[in-house]
Amino acid sequence: MDENIVTIKDLHIGYRTFGGHVKVLNGVNLYVKPGEKVSIVGETGCGKTTTVKAILRILARQAVVTGGEIIFKGEQVLKMNKSQLQHLRGTGVSMIFQDPTSSLNPVFTIGQQMSAVIRYSGHAGATKSKIQEELAIKALQETAMPDPERILQSYPFQLSGGMRQRVSIAMALSTPREMVIADEPTTNLDVTIQDQVLRILKQRVEEKNTSLILITHSLGVARETTDRIYVMYAGNMVETAPTTELFREQYHPYTRALVDCIPRLSGGGVAEGIGGRIPNYLDPPPGCRFAPRCPKAFDRCWQEKPEYVNVGSSHQVACFLYDQSTGDE
Amino acid sequence: MSENILEVNNLKKYFPITKGKEKGLSVKAVDDISFSIKRGETLALVGESGSGKSTTAYNVIGMYSATAGQIIFKDEPISNNIKERPLRLRKEIQMVFQDPGTTLNPRRIVKDILSLPLKIHKLVDKKDPVGQIVRLLEEVELPMEYLFKTPLALGGGERQMLAVARALSTNPDLIVLDEPTSALDVSIQAKIINMLLRLQKDYDLSYLFITLDLSLVRNFATRVAIMYLGKIAEIAPTEIFFSDPEHPYTKMLLSAIPVISEKEEEVKHAKVTPKGEIPSPVNVPKGCSFNTRCPLAFDRCFVEDPVMKEVASDHQVRCHLVEERRQS
Repeated sequence: MDENIVTIKDLHIGYRTFGGHVKVLNGVNLYVKPGEKVSIVGETGCGKTTTVKAILRILARQAVVTGGEIIFKGEQVLKMNKSQLQHLRGTGVSMIFQDPTSSLNPVFTIGQQMSAVIRYSGHAGATKSKIQEELAIKALQETAMPDPERILQSYPFQLSGGMRQRVSIAMALSTPREMVIADEPTTNLDVTIQDQVLRILKQRVEEKNTSLILITHSLGVARETTDRIYVMYAGNMVETAPTTELFREQYHPYTRALVDCIPRLSGGGVAEGIGGRIPNYLDPPPGCRFAPRCPKAFDRCWQEKPEYVNVGSSHQVACFLYDQSTGDE
Repeated sequence: MSENILEVNNLKKYFPITKGKEKGLSVKAVDDISFSIKRGETLALVGESGSGKSTTAYNVIGMYSATAGQIIFKDEPISNNIKERPLRLRKEIQMVFQDPGTTLNPRRIVKDILSLPLKIHKLVDKKDPVGQIVRLLEEVELPMEYLFKTPLALGGGERQMLAVARALSTNPDLIVLDEPTSALDVSIQAKIINMLLRLQKDYDLSYLFITLDLSLVRNFATRVAIMYLGKIAEIAPTEIFFSDPEHPYTKMLLSAIPVISEKEEEVKHAKVTPKGEIPSPVNVPKGCSFNTRCPLAFDRCFVEDPVMKEVASDHQVRCHLVEERRQS
């Protein structure tokens, strides 16, 4: 029996475009254990959102899954029918989107929208409006919202950015869930508000023992919120390790460069940055997708795709530099 | 000649509200601020959204006419009415905007984008007009092939480099950088910041750097000014700002930054847990505008608005607490 909440194996996803078939995800592997907080860190366009949208099967119509599998609590997500999917979205996984101005409907009150989420959650008695309201108020109170009754009567535009994002968190956790996915929940917020929202998210997830996948481009946010980090580059998970270990030692040249690029609060200047840009997904490099920007790339990197190598307990890296059969390092 | 390239004294910018319930009131976007920038230095203007940092920048480059106050550029007072600002002054203060996707004309090729300011300011090298633009591209590390591309064909970082080249084209003395890297990834941000540092050294440029990112400020700016609701809360040289912050808001901002190492955690010495959000600039709280969020607010803060006080050379703070501590 699979002990993981969700397991993704060798997932390949592309998009049909006018220019041809863009190959975005190139064999993604990922697992999340019950109660574990995991983050996916990577730069714009590396496929973070595509990966998590695939778990909920809410990909755009142009998306094509060309291989791999997603297993949620022993069930194949990619083979689910409509009612199974509704069950998955209603009781299994919920999602917090990046921009609450577009994920909350502007013409319904917060109360109406929260009731709708609770109604389809499969929660006992959730079809009764009284219970819906009770659950909604409780969820809002738990996210430290002042005056929840008034919030339920409000429209999204009447709330500030930080409050809207806390409403999204309340909505996602209003009924019990196995897992919450938060897709850059604080990118549009100021640092002081970001700090509040992340603290509430972390606290709520820990209290309910829910698993969390947090997508972010900030390693700092990942470090302060999650237990384990996946570093993603151009459709591949290039490295994964428990948070403290990853910041102690980075193996993949990309992770190393990424960590160096971050300006430090303690000073010391700015690193050089990474030359070049993310590959064109219409015609990506056949071997390792980081090879064109990698200072340490050698022949094999251009021909074969590297697989995960264990470099420590639950520290894995997809790089030929650490492959025993090459004999390097 | 004074060492200050730019001096801003008691600048105010109010936007009157002409419709709706709050008609007759005004948004006090910038409310009585003073600062100066020395030749060759970088002043970082830091604050949350709605604190008035961009409004300040737009007043400096002349996109807005200030409501009151004085801007002195190279010892010469600039009129508050932007229509009276001569072309030669516009040439010397340039700007790089936040989002190069919307501030570069998508239908013009790189060559046209860069030659427009040269034509306006009559700086075109008649003997070698193309060579002049190629040299500008080289300055920002872009290849010559880009001359005939449109901004759409460039990546986000390359577009921002092009925006920097456009700002450089008129050979300015002061460049206003309005969150130049906040839309970019860290790997590209590092490249742009290094480029800006090099250009500053080569051309003795002064920067007014507007940002939200204090970690970047630590590594880029000479002095830091923190803005809150249209007012400056604290202004200090970078070193002192991070080792000895005085204002409770500064401490709150510092402790909210997510960092990646233990060494950085130490910089956040005073943990002040952020609470609340920035109030509306229409109904600014009475007394100190920060009193709604300040963990240390006391009676006086709700009655009287504090004034800027110098606590050390070059280090000014606007807080009753600091003032009282010094008196006792």
